[in-house]
Amino acid sequence: MEINTIELARRIRLHALEMTSRGESSHIGSVLSVADILAVLYGAVLRINPADPTDPSRDRFILSKGHAGAGVYAALAETGFLPTARLATHCQDGSMLSGHVSHKNVPGVEFSTGSLGHGLPVAAGMAYAARMRRQSHRVVVLLSDGECDEGSNWEAMLFAAHQQLDNLLVIVDYNKLQSLASVQGTLGLEPFVDKWASFGWLVSEMDGHDHQEIRQVLEQASVPDPLGQGRPKCLIAHTVKGKGVSFMEHQVLWHYRTARGAEYQAAWRELAGDAA
Amino acid sequence: MRDAFVQRLTELAERDPRIVLITADLGFGVLTEFARRFPRQYLNVGVAEQNMIGVATGMAMEGFVVFTYSIANFAFMRCLEQIRNDAAYHAANVKVIAVGGGFSYGALGSSHHATEDLAIMRAVPDVVVAAPGDDWEAAELTSAIAQRPGTCYLRLDRCGATSAAGHGERFQLGRARRLREGTDLTLVATGGILRHACEAADALARDGIHCRLLSMPTLEPLDLQSLRAAASETGGIITIEEHSVKGGLGGAVAEALLESGAVPRRFRRLGLRAGFSSIVGSQDYLRRVYGIDALAIESQAREILDRDPSMEPEPCLIAARICS
Repeated sequence: MEINTIELARRIRLHALEMTSRGESSHIGSVLSVADILAVLYGAVLRINPADPTDPSRDRFILSKGHAGAGVYAALAETGFLPTARLATHCQDGSMLSGHVSHKNVPGVEFSTGSLGHGLPVAAGMAYAARMRRQSHRVVVLLSDGECDEGSNWEAMLFAAHQQLDNLLVIVDYNKLQSLASVQGTLGLEPFVDKWASFGWLVSEMDGHDHQEIRQVLEQASVPDPLGQGRPKCLIAHTVKGKGVSFMEHQVLWHYRTARGAEYQAAWRELAGDAA
Repeated sequence: MRDAFVQRLTELAERDPRIVLITADLGFGVLTEFARRFPRQYLNVGVAEQNMIGVATGMAMEGFVVFTYSIANFAFMRCLEQIRNDAAYHAANVKVIAVGGGFSYGALGSSHHATEDLAIMRAVPDVVVAAPGDDWEAAELTSAIAQRPGTCYLRLDRCGATSAAGHGERFQLGRARRLREGTDLTLVATGGILRHACEAADALARDGIHCRLLSMPTLEPLDLQSLRAAASETGGIITIEEHSVKGGLGGAVAEALLESGAVPRRFRRLGLRAGFSSIVGSQDYLRRVYGIDALAIESQAREILDRDPSMEPEPCLIAARICS
């Protein structure tokens, strides 16, 4: 059944707002930044099956920016991997739905993260293993831009290109804001595309909120390297931190701030849209 | 010990295509034959230990049994968070092989002195922590950790005791080996320093002091049963390790015994207390300098035995002394 990814993204955003507010946790801005990417991945691109979450032929997806875990839990709930009612336990006492994504007792979560710079090396290992076994699934990993400060990513970038892991796909959530300030003002990544390309990756850019474009670029990324060089793929997604809530957009404040009271109500109305 | 490991791994890899060896660009001359025989099961990821553990975890999660290989501090400390979060938290079949335990690379300087690894790795949940005392233990541990699901840490010294596996002896992960019998004292050693413990036990025996000698190749899980027996059946316990006294074998033994209520009549931890070693030298030279060689073990045993146990502090005070 075809999933309406726009509607899925809307629900992911609403769930995440509620989860982070109720749990008094951070990172709503980071979740809103990737909600559209997650919706297209879970709703249309990833070959995964809630009836068989560990099917060996499934695509592997790792959220390396684990602080956006509320978005993954919401996407999994909306696609049948766990009951949506469970989302209410996020960050609550005794819950297994942690603020940073964890696989324990959460079907569909491929890998737990939270410390940055861990997802790509693991994804590279999975891609290497898949190639050894001649398996055809893809390994997709979603990084944040600030996360690219971590040296372990660059080790893995060298490795994946050297090993010609063209079954590996990186998406970078490039919202240009990191924890305390802008990326450019903290530890500049530009020329970002050139850096990935010079490491031997096949790089594309996309609007990380345009579902049609995300889907098109992701589907293109599934075809072999046109130059036959086995290059792993990197999609740099231009995004807006806090996307969908006017007073959160482009604001570094919402990396950590929790929406409460009137702010929560206002954010809810904006995200709910016509259905409010 | 390294060779014993590689030889056993070669045998395992021959039978089991899931076995993979990843090196972070170390093992000159040692891994060459393995790489030649099993090109599909060998991978050099370059000088990038964080990526090595990440890649190993990813492969392990896809069903491989992955051994990672580097010099001790690089093998576990540079990539400690990857071992904790990626491998151990996911119960991934990653076996961290750390070569050059203790002062194996004594002449190369403090960067290469691996003297805190056991304490650090013991603290990471769900990790088997092992340090064989001789080649036989190294080979047997290689098989044992390959079989045991989950993350393991294996510290390999440059050389250990002369292998003395008893006829028909079977290795059991988590069990101490009793290498000498006696009731005057128990010497408990982990890692390659076992050779010095053997020498000390033999020298003491020649003078009529008979020590039980336990080789303790795994710190996690720890063989509490053998330790409790040593506490109750012998005159005291001396732990011996080429490692900081903080948190390694001595710490593990003290914690386990005190908590179980089996307080030995005498107790001493032999290990490193002096902080960083800024001097260099051969492994045996540094062992001598830092008072953990056979002569030091012997004199500690004599000294501790010279004390009248009836004059020892009450058990409640013993705890304080152990901590000092």
